[in-house]
Amino acid sequence: MKRRDFIYLTGMGASGAALLSGIPGMGKSIPPEKVLETVDVALKKQLADVALNAARSKGATYSDVRIGRYLNQFVVTREEKVQNIVNTESYGLGVRVIANGGWGFAATDKLDKDSIAKAAETAVAIAKENSKLLTEPVQLAPQKGYGEVSWKTPIQKNAFEVPIKEKVDLLLGVNDAAMKSGASYITSLLFLINEQKYFASTDGSYIDQDVHRIWPAFFITKIDATTGKFETRNTLSAPMGMGYEYLDWRPQDKIQSVTTLYKGRYDMLEDAKSGGVQAGEKLKAKSVEPGKYDLILDPSHLWLTIHESVGHPTELDRVLGYEANFAGTSFLTLDKWQSKKFNFGSKIVNFVADKTQVGSLGAVGYDDEGVQCGKWDLIKDGILVNYQTIRDQAHIIGLNASQGCCYADNWSSVQFQRMPNVSLQPGKQKKSIDDLIKGVEKGIYIIGDGSFSIDQQRYNFQFGGQLFYEIKNGKIAGMLKDVAYQANSQEFWNSCVEIADESDYRLGGAFGDGKGQPPQSNSVSHGAATARFNSVNVINTSRNIG
Amino acid sequence: MAILTKDEAHALLKKVLSYSKADECEVNLNSNDSANIRYARNSVSTSGKVTQSQLVVSSAFGKKLGIATINEFDDASLEKVVRRSEELAKLAPENPEYVPFLGPQTYPDSMMYVQSTADITPKLRADLVAQSLNVAKNAKAVAAGFLEDNTSFNAMMNSKGLFAYNTSTNTNFSVTVRTEDGKGSGYATRGYNDIRKLDTKKTTEIATEKAVKSANAKGIEPGKYTVILEPAAAAVLLERIFFGLDAREADEGRSFLSKAGGGTRLGEKLVDERVNIYSDPMHPDLPTSTWSGDGRLQEKISWIEKGVIKNLSYSRYWAEKKGVKAVPGPDAAIMEGGTKSLEELIAGTKKGVLVTRLWYIRDVDPQSLLLTGLTRDGTFYIENGKIQYPIKNFRFNESPIIMLNNLEELGKVERTVSVESNQNYLLPPLKIRDFTFSSLSDAV
Repeated sequence: MKRRDFIYLTGMGASGAALLSGIPGMGKSIPPEKVLETVDVALKKQLADVALNAARSKGATYSDVRIGRYLNQFVVTREEKVQNIVNTESYGLGVRVIANGGWGFAATDKLDKDSIAKAAETAVAIAKENSKLLTEPVQLAPQKGYGEVSWKTPIQKNAFEVPIKEKVDLLLGVNDAAMKSGASYITSLLFLINEQKYFASTDGSYIDQDVHRIWPAFFITKIDATTGKFETRNTLSAPMGMGYEYLDWRPQDKIQSVTTLYKGRYDMLEDAKSGGVQAGEKLKAKSVEPGKYDLILDPSHLWLTIHESVGHPTELDRVLGYEANFAGTSFLTLDKWQSKKFNFGSKIVNFVADKTQVGSLGAVGYDDEGVQCGKWDLIKDGILVNYQTIRDQAHIIGLNASQGCCYADNWSSVQFQRMPNVSLQPGKQKKSIDDLIKGVEKGIYIIGDGSFSIDQQRYNFQFGGQLFYEIKNGKIAGMLKDVAYQANSQEFWNSCVEIADESDYRLGGAFGDGKGQPPQSNSVSHGAATARFNSVNVINTSRNIG
Repeated sequence: MAILTKDEAHALLKKVLSYSKADECEVNLNSNDSANIRYARNSVSTSGKVTQSQLVVSSAFGKKLGIATINEFDDASLEKVVRRSEELAKLAPENPEYVPFLGPQTYPDSMMYVQSTADITPKLRADLVAQSLNVAKNAKAVAAGFLEDNTSFNAMMNSKGLFAYNTSTNTNFSVTVRTEDGKGSGYATRGYNDIRKLDTKKTTEIATEKAVKSANAKGIEPGKYTVILEPAAAAVLLERIFFGLDAREADEGRSFLSKAGGGTRLGEKLVDERVNIYSDPMHPDLPTSTWSGDGRLQEKISWIEKGVIKNLSYSRYWAEKKGVKAVPGPDAAIMEGGTKSLEELIAGTKKGVLVTRLWYIRDVDPQSLLLTGLTRDGTFYIENGKIQYPIKNFRFNESPIIMLNNLEELGKVERTVSVESNQNYLLPPLKIRDFTFSSLSDAV
């Protein structure tokens, strides 16, 4: 399905469309009761063996097969109206092979034995044809077979089992709260994803996984009819690797700051109420004076800066040049890693890659080439110590096993290196958000993610946000607008002088991170506690088009 | 599913509709064969072939709509999918914005399908990539590229007698060539309906020349510069205007096309009077679908004429509410140009910056359509009509509306591909004064 058709199907129009780019696994619509059925594991094993045997018989030296059933549910509302309720399903099989030393891939949505065998044959034929263009054969890191194993996202409440009416009532209540507190328009949505993935390989693994994700979100617009000016305020929720329990908030899940911030659970109604008020405040806020400011960045904002300036440049495939034509390469070249002294950030900066973190978007038991997932350091005490990689690139950094970072967004997409959760470790000393603000003479406190852009080697970035508060002499001095900051990744992380303690640690995340050709979407979380960055360049983004 | 003929598609969809018991029923059918080769580090990396079909059935009872789809085409499956969509419609809440399906329409036959592209073989794909790799290897440079081709058909029919059918083919190719030391990088991209027009060797030669010439770039101060945007660079800025032509957003006051005090800027002169932008599904160099996803006829439409906003796009609901014609949004856009080549635009430039490609474009302010992003893969300083030396990449903060008010000159139109959306356009290179570069980037 083309992205445009999906937007039409959800009835979202242009304002929401930008937020939907790269939602994975668009497929066919199905009725609600169908989503609760799962495909029998024994059948999946039989189908997988057909593909593996066919590939082997045609000359493949390695093959893996993924049988995927990708379910999405979207409930979309605006103001007092339900725009659309869509259930989609995408079910099919992708087979990847190595033949004559090169990769080949083919996929089919016909799951009869002949079609599966034919897909495997096509994959082998492609591999053989393209092997003429290889400079060296594929070198796979060894991987033991796990036999028949399974893994499930540890959800408490399957969102697909929650009645549509309950979801509609929640969203219409959210819209009502926002409108009553001053919003001119609101679009609210629930995005639910269930990936039922089956992986099998000639290494002897048969892995069945059931992965769940949820993203409740809203987008408020406030218009000043006389001036024609408008401001927006987007949700402060995070997409999570959780069930519907994410929306069952408890008092301990809230952090009180200038606005309520959410940790692990989300009170959508309260956030919408605040959002309506704050969109109005933004219209009247002072336009920022450009210059150098100390920034206090909330995790609901900082996750995106981490994603772009730490997550992407530590992807080994980018470092090596595999993404040079589209996503780009990386400034974190191998010589910087080999030196063991490349100062990525200040000494308090520690980043961990983790595919096991409970509640995170990236958590799975095994990746899409059958490697059990784990956790490792990327930046240790400010120094670059490792990358993220997969089986056919692990040997380049001297590893004899993959780090389990392989992912495909659909059965019809070929798997490749994708980002694990990459998180900033909280500060070791006890410090709250208020403690950080108190120390700042001239600064800006930024909450929520906004506009984002970074170059193809991940040096120069620019970020906006949702809420901006001026800090004067250790105190919040009112709201600002038209704020964006620009920095160089290495200079920025070296300007990190304080990080709040683990009681403030929260996850943010990307529901649809794009990479690859044809583009694929990945979901990934980034944890952080509120952090301070000294003397960052802030620009004013206000313009007049006459 | 193979590519069905018009008669075969008609018979299949008619059979699906025969199962309907709803007040209204509409059926859309799509089948797509796609294949690609990806390469990097002068070697093929991944490649694949995927076939997918989808039948979408929309059933309505009053203002309650249900949608279900299937990818099996035996009679039992076809009846089952109709029943499912009817069950969903009964469960759905009433949509006050529901508009009954369209009646019969007349469409011209589209020109998107070219048999030579549909007939592409794995060997031809590999040969086209080999030609690209040879150019880079001979220049002792490193290529990363992507070649993809699609062959598809779309058909729709509804209970009011509408029937529409189109076939199409397309191929997109892009290549980034880097010098071995990583100090220079160049890019080129092409898109065609006909694979025979694709010259991967020539395209890679352009990227290679840019890579070699862009090595060891000098840093110059950020600020306002005259720029020449090659069509691929212009595309990613201009398409933000094309995507933002929705009348409802403008009427609601939340678009760059909204007017202070209410209403839209339809009929107002918003940009330089030399700016003419239109869409035309029957343009021989960029044919697109002759009908939109909901069956509306796609016609030649002027969006900006002599700098004036001439038309906005409407959903059928919003058009009915506003009492205007429901013009669907464009599938591609065409901007009229001039007669000068890129070289001639450079020759007529006293001081300026040549931009090959722009990257990571994001909205900063929807009110002014302020965008940010960076130059990439070939940025050069021009003085006295000549390229003098390569320069380091810049971040820009600029609105395409302001940019089209600062228009100096338009070059000759060519077909290009947006690196952001993968859409094809017909666009000229643009010479713009006072383009705002706000900081330097070390990226190559």
